[in-house]
Amino acid sequence: MENLINIFVKSIFIDNMIFAYFLGMCSYLAVSKTVKTSFGLGIAVIFVLVITVPVDYLIENYLLKEGALIWLGEGFADVDLSFLSFIMFIAVIASMVQLVEMVIEKFSPALYNSLGIFLPLIAVNCAILGGSLFMQQKEFLNITEAVTYGLGSGIGWLLAIIGIAAIREKIRYSNVPAPLRGLGITFIITGLMGIAFMSFMGISL
Amino acid sequence: MTDKEPLFSTKNLKLLTTPLNNENPITVQVLGICSALAVTTKLEPSVVMAISVVFVLAVSNVVISLIRNMVPPRIRIIVQLTVIATLVILVDQILKAFAYEVSKQLSVFVGLIITNCIIMGRLEAFALGNKPWPSLLDGIGNSAGYGIILVIVGFFRELLGAGELWGYPVLEKIGIYNFGYEDNGLMILSPMALIVVGIIIWVQRSKNRELIEES
Repeated sequence: MENLINIFVKSIFIDNMIFAYFLGMCSYLAVSKTVKTSFGLGIAVIFVLVITVPVDYLIENYLLKEGALIWLGEGFADVDLSFLSFIMFIAVIASMVQLVEMVIEKFSPALYNSLGIFLPLIAVNCAILGGSLFMQQKEFLNITEAVTYGLGSGIGWLLAIIGIAAIREKIRYSNVPAPLRGLGITFIITGLMGIAFMSFMGISL
Repeated sequence: MTDKEPLFSTKNLKLLTTPLNNENPITVQVLGICSALAVTTKLEPSVVMAISVVFVLAVSNVVISLIRNMVPPRIRIIVQLTVIATLVILVDQILKAFAYEVSKQLSVFVGLIITNCIIMGRLEAFALGNKPWPSLLDGIGNSAGYGIILVIVGFFRELLGAGELWGYPVLEKIGIYNFGYEDNGLMILSPMALIVVGIIIWVQRSKNRELIEES
């Protein structure tokens, strides 16, 4: 349990997807004009991360890793397919996003209407593939840890995009130097927020 | 054929040069920032990353352009992803074999070239509607525009943060430390990459005022 809380807090604050690794920056910069749409996109990211990270965890551990195919028989014990992981992960993500979209459309039209336009965007959001690749690197012990990691990094992403959207809504009333307007100032604010988030660095649970 | 264009006509050269400045993928089109900035703490990984992206984008642009009339539009995205992922796996394996140290520094970011929006963006916007040769130039131009920013950021972060360039202690050789200069450790930390890009955008837009945004 302690371990899970540790992973959770770490993935939200210390290894924050945006401030520490710049993942998902494209949609972060493009969508963060208003708080409302940012919230929608953030929820969609959490949703997809919570599904794809554990699925990719299972694929990694039961198909790709060296010795993972041992359940097929002794002869497969030294098969190492890990070079296929990129293509497997991206295929899983693309099809999962499609699947999730169809399931939500069928069972919860209200949720679909609020998330709908964002879901297709997410298939090429680096935060999602990044989540799976970091999962592979961190070598989690069981699937619960992978779920916790997916949830935590999604929440971290949501916090970051809501923060920047709120600041951008306010900054419209300020007198920013003309060449910095729009993109430039957004980069600099994100940098400053990143420095602020670094104060969580020393935390260990 | 009499109306055949020369290989480097003005139109084709333009494809190569506009992305370097006026249409720069990072500072103007806002594409492909995702996987890039975390690798720019030093010059060497930035250059390796830039070269990898040039390779992936140029080759995938040509491949997609060659098969553009055979792929049904409904499944084009998955076809593109497959082409890109295959090329990225190639790059990753080559790096692991010949430049293991750098490949360790780049860690997951090589894999993240797959979801680099600039690659999908160029495939969708250009390669699907153009012949292979212009697509090749477009791919090289755009990825070079992206690479230039990476190299500039990497240059400043390594120089100011560690006082080195490509691992060579430049500032120490000049002897600037004798005057009480110290390395700015903050430059190595990730948020500074964003601020350096912000400043690059600032400089570029004050030189080129038509790029300034309204709000």
